[in-house]
Amino acid sequence: MSERAGSPVDTARPTATPTPAAPPTERPGRGAALVHRLVVVRELGILAALLLLVVVTVVANPRFLSGQNVRDLLISASILTVLAAGQTVVVVTRNVDLSVGSTLGLSAYATGTLLVTAPGTPVPVAVLAGVVVGALCGLLNGVIVAVAKVPSLVVTLGTLYAFRGIDSLWASQSGRLQINAADLPDGFKAIAGARVLGIPVLFLVAVVVVVAVGFVLRSYRSGRELYGIGSDPDAARLSGIPVGRRVLAAFVVSGALAGLAGVMYAARFQTLDATAGTGQELFVVAAAVVGGVAIFGGSGSVYGAALGALLLTTIGAALPQLGLDPFWREAAVGALILAAIVLDRSLSLRLARRLRGRNLRGS
Amino acid sequence: MGESPRSPAPGAVVLALEDVGKSFGAVAALRGAQLELRAGEAHALVGENGAGKSTLVKVLAGVHGPDTGRVLLDGQPVHLDGPAAARAAGIAVIYQEPTLFPDLSVAENIFMGRQPLGSGRRIDRRELHARCAALFERLGVRLDPERPARGLSIADQQMVEIAKALSFDARVLVMDEPTAALSGVEVERLFTVARALRDGGAAVLFISHRFEEVFDLCDRITVMRDGQWVATEDAADLTVDQVVRLMVGRDVSSLFPKQDVEPGEVVLSVRGLTRRGVFSDVSFDVRAGEIVALAGLVGAGRSEVVRAVFGVDPYDEGSVEVAGRALRPGRPAAAMAAGIALVPEDRRQQGLVMELSVERNATLTRRWQLAKGGLLSSRAERATAAEWSRKLQVKAGRLADPVSTLSGGNQQKVVLAKWLSTEPRVLIVDEPTRGIDVGTKAEVHRLLSQLAADGLAVVMVSSELPEVLGMADRVLVMHEGRLVDDIPRARADEGSVMLAATGQGRTTAVAP
Repeated sequence: MSERAGSPVDTARPTATPTPAAPPTERPGRGAALVHRLVVVRELGILAALLLLVVVTVVANPRFLSGQNVRDLLISASILTVLAAGQTVVVVTRNVDLSVGSTLGLSAYATGTLLVTAPGTPVPVAVLAGVVVGALCGLLNGVIVAVAKVPSLVVTLGTLYAFRGIDSLWASQSGRLQINAADLPDGFKAIAGARVLGIPVLFLVAVVVVVAVGFVLRSYRSGRELYGIGSDPDAARLSGIPVGRRVLAAFVVSGALAGLAGVMYAARFQTLDATAGTGQELFVVAAAVVGGVAIFGGSGSVYGAALGALLLTTIGAALPQLGLDPFWREAAVGALILAAIVLDRSLSLRLARRLRGRNLRGS
Repeated sequence: MGESPRSPAPGAVVLALEDVGKSFGAVAALRGAQLELRAGEAHALVGENGAGKSTLVKVLAGVHGPDTGRVLLDGQPVHLDGPAAARAAGIAVIYQEPTLFPDLSVAENIFMGRQPLGSGRRIDRRELHARCAALFERLGVRLDPERPARGLSIADQQMVEIAKALSFDARVLVMDEPTAALSGVEVERLFTVARALRDGGAAVLFISHRFEEVFDLCDRITVMRDGQWVATEDAADLTVDQVVRLMVGRDVSSLFPKQDVEPGEVVLSVRGLTRRGVFSDVSFDVRAGEIVALAGLVGAGRSEVVRAVFGVDPYDEGSVEVAGRALRPGRPAAAMAAGIALVPEDRRQQGLVMELSVERNATLTRRWQLAKGGLLSSRAERATAAEWSRKLQVKAGRLADPVSTLSGGNQQKVVLAKWLSTEPRVLIVDEPTRGIDVGTKAEVHRLLSQLAADGLAVVMVSSELPEVLGMADRVLVMHEGRLVDDIPRARADEGSVMLAATGQGRTTAVAP
């Protein structure tokens, strides 16, 4: 894109600038500052809720913050966080992936089977296998959504059952209904307890995933195009964005991350059957929504979704410490989702009013 | 993109359409359209609503591939198989409705897919915002590059679109009615940019209904009618009257027989109806037996007025009375009870439930009257539906078939049946014959005429001049949200209506 010297518009500028009724200059960065503040408010809000929860729980039970407890909490959150990162990629394009729980299950079982039948498999190969299984599931979702133009809600509802069905069928046909810790090689089992500087490796994996996804979504053309697609699919098409290809890729990423989550699940629980990850999908969507990812696409960040996942996991862990029945967890998650939606709505209304401010012109 | 010189010799043909045809289903939007854009010229494309201008723009933009004919770029045939291809060929299009991403920043909107990259192919945000600010500087626009597009006024959105076109040094700039939402100052700023681009060797295609702007900006004018090319002339050789004649130049056919009826009492009375930013101070009366047409260009606010009258849309000021009784605003149920029926513009979206059967659709408005003890009886539904389809001569295989299986004209009759069965006193029809074949059109017209003769007050919103002139006892003309003229049948002709609709006619205050 070369800037022409002495561009025609420059020569004409003297006549263009004297605009008597010109609106007051919008301070550069003001709009950005507003939006930035909104994001900060949103993500600080989750963080504040998280802190409040932790403080209350610690007051009730000081052992809540013991080293092992925190590590367990972080490991539990990691799997949900990886799933939520993948979900975010899909949801910003105004789609949804409900099949992630089943994909996780399939990938976990596949990885387990590989390790049981070929105990000598190096751990990286096993991880890769799980990711590939997940990516293939995502590819199937993406092809149906992007090529056959079927709404993703329906497609992934179908594959939710289909993948789970394959998983169950495989487990019953292979005569290995359950894979136990004793069957798995020690090298793989060691992942669950592995730490770097005292931080669980599984948690570090989740952090790397979140940072990588966040980086691509924010700083790469393809990432920005995903937001464009979710913001206005028609405008995306008109501006030449390959909408189908990008949506397909988003589903593959979501599938691959669900596959990775499956490997993490296998390493952590070490007891695998065909029900692994059942019901996770809605919890994942909940984490993203609580984290400020707009369900109709176009906005939200993977960092918010990760915070959402951490918050939801912490609630689950904190309730028993507070002496509350774990069944309250569902109600608490529900209340959080509603609170998040109300907060998002009111914040976006306020933002819209501010942004419109100077644009209101009488008729 | 080929390495073509950026500034060809002035006058060389940059882009040409040859004999382009495009059909959507059975409707031919373009038939033998042609256009020739030269480097360094501003070229106007004018025509009535539905003349095919927007379809032609979409062919240029690569959104629609032409069924027949060729698109030539620098004399070479090109296939614009997508918006990206058109953009790569140097064609920038500014649509009537801005197409921005509300959640993304203004700068990202402008440079989507072409963001400046830094190391590792990362987007260089600083450079992105700097380039955007530089574009705004050139345009004299005061917008923050980092703010999201959400909440921008239409004018500012239009400016963002123009900045986008400017950002990739378009050789051909197409503007589809860009000024409809702009104020005088903003239009002048836009024209300054367009002239500068033109003087720099770009071809500018300008589509507008505002003749003063057309003559102000453009060197040549191409007129289209019914999807066909009519004429291309130097603007200097034409007058507004001549252009209008070229646009409408056809006979008002005798297809539309409106029976002469002695108008009765005033049934519908609208006073000072205002919805801020949409229409203002609209007042008119409609008498029993009268057909009153609301004419005007697309976007003049006609549909919005009738929607407000019916209570689907709110209004800020004014009143609506039916037979002397004031209607509560914003209550379609109250309007129905008072005897207003609205046959909406888009029958597929708003008028019919496409998957339901003909009889179900026809009786939707009467389901409470037909129900006994809260249960709908199929027999009663069928009887009512059968009666109305006989009256309106609906051609349907079986009344139990989904309404989607009917032709456009017959679908429209089902919508009419649905509303007529409520026995209204005022019937509002919005574009009653859009997308309907000629034969059925005449039937719909005969029907409306018959209904008026039976004492119904009919308000007809129509963009088709022959229909307006053939059917209406009076023509109310709207222009940019205001009622600008009230033309009795005797004085209504294509020229007078078109001049008023384009804001050229007398702008007397219309007193009903």
